[in-house]
Amino acid sequence: MATEDEGISAQTGRAVLSLATDVGGAAVLAGRLLRRMAPPRLDGPELWRNLHRMGVRSLPIVGVTALFTGGIMVIQAGVLIRRFGAEGLLGWGAGFATLREVGPILIALMFSGRVGANNTAELATMTVTEQIDALETLAIDPLSYLILPRVIAMVVMLFVLTIYGDVLALAGAAFMGDALLGVSTATFWNGFIETIRVWDMATGLIKSALFGGVIALSSSHFGLAVTGGAPGVGRAVNASVVASATGIFVCDYLATYVLQ
Amino acid sequence: MIEVTKVWKRFAAPVLRDVTLTVPTGCLYGLIGPGAAGKSVLLKCLAGLLRPELGSVRVFGQAIEALDEVSLQAVRNRVGMLFQNNALFDHLTVAENIAFPLRRRGITDEAEIASRVADRLRAVSLPGFEQRLPGGLSGGQKKRVGVARATVTRAEVVLYDEPAAGLDPVTSQKIFDLLRREQQEAGATVVMVSSDIDRLLTVTDRVGMMLDGALIFDGTTAEAHGSLHPVVKQFVHGEVDGPL
Repeated sequence: MATEDEGISAQTGRAVLSLATDVGGAAVLAGRLLRRMAPPRLDGPELWRNLHRMGVRSLPIVGVTALFTGGIMVIQAGVLIRRFGAEGLLGWGAGFATLREVGPILIALMFSGRVGANNTAELATMTVTEQIDALETLAIDPLSYLILPRVIAMVVMLFVLTIYGDVLALAGAAFMGDALLGVSTATFWNGFIETIRVWDMATGLIKSALFGGVIALSSSHFGLAVTGGAPGVGRAVNASVVASATGIFVCDYLATYVLQ
Repeated sequence: MIEVTKVWKRFAAPVLRDVTLTVPTGCLYGLIGPGAAGKSVLLKCLAGLLRPELGSVRVFGQAIEALDEVSLQAVRNRVGMLFQNNALFDHLTVAENIAFPLRRRGITDEAEIASRVADRLRAVSLPGFEQRLPGGLSGGQKKRVGVARATVTRAEVVLYDEPAAGLDPVTSQKIFDLLRREQQEAGATVVMVSSDIDRLLTVTDRVGMMLDGALIFDGTTAEAHGSLHPVVKQFVHGEVDGPL
């Protein structure tokens, strides 16, 4: 029993140390990136390249996810809406949930899976194949050239994609409301416009920017800190996706509390 | 001149132990030794990619370990390096990879860049490969593109980590001859790590041998050939029987 206790203590200690190392590593990375933003030292072409591949190429997956999410919300709420005859509240319910919570969270998770994981894999591969070292020997600061454009692109594009996803999720909800519950589009939008405040939308967008930062820092940190060759790349991607998802929910909890 | 003085470096265990060595200006220095002897680590210390825990590494008279990022970048502008894994940028074509150091050093004349890229590709027998991506090249072709990139700026100090690994004997000898010719034309100081001892020793001026993180031999190529040190003798002559 004592041995088991020691084992659990040791495992807990290692897990806490590992967590502290990763959170600390991401925080140090954030500090080093902030130092490069005043005055801005980043590579313009790299920024545009990343804005395109991280943002534009995410449009289809985010669009499909958002459309179906809006529809699913209406299907789930349909029974209650009918039972209580609350068709007029459909626009408010869908809008409130989408803009404040479901939209930013789901789009961030999709973004993390597609862009964050890809970012970690790329950076980790560059690290183990000495491409990061090669940049340094060419007198190029990898943080300014490689990391800062990616971080900015992720924050900006997740913000933009959240707006795009919100619109499509609401469109999906309106369509399903009409098709499933017979709530006309006009009724849906009237309910939405009369009850949803600008702050509801702003809350979701502030969250999306925070989530973008979490995904960017987490995916970059694990990519740069990789060890152990090719198998290490797989472990880094796995750790990055888990850390990003955890970070998104922790951040969401704190932001929801603060931004009420 | 490169001066390494009493350098110690450790990761989990010491990988460099009290290494002291001098590479005169214009010398082609070969660094040999069995695997995990610390050769690549020493090369990375010379490039400022790793900082020693103890001791000093001086390149162009400046102590690398004491330089801030800006000063270190100024030194790196005068250094070229070929990595063991080639370190080609996957998202850039062969031509863009070779042109990368030129653009980063402020050369904007596209005609000049194209001419120097074409010259390098001819030198490594890869003309016509300009638009290929590294992912579509064989290991040997990647190595040759890496050599082309490392030599395109005609840096004053060039560090090669296994420049001929994965190449057939003929191409390997061509690469060594090319690197020697480049070094002599540019008057560069070169440190070269290679497992291809026979070919390496045809082009070096001086040789150092590392074992378990320590430099156990430092002398001219002729002295290496005639060394009576049992480890050096066995390694240089490729003998099966011996202390290794």
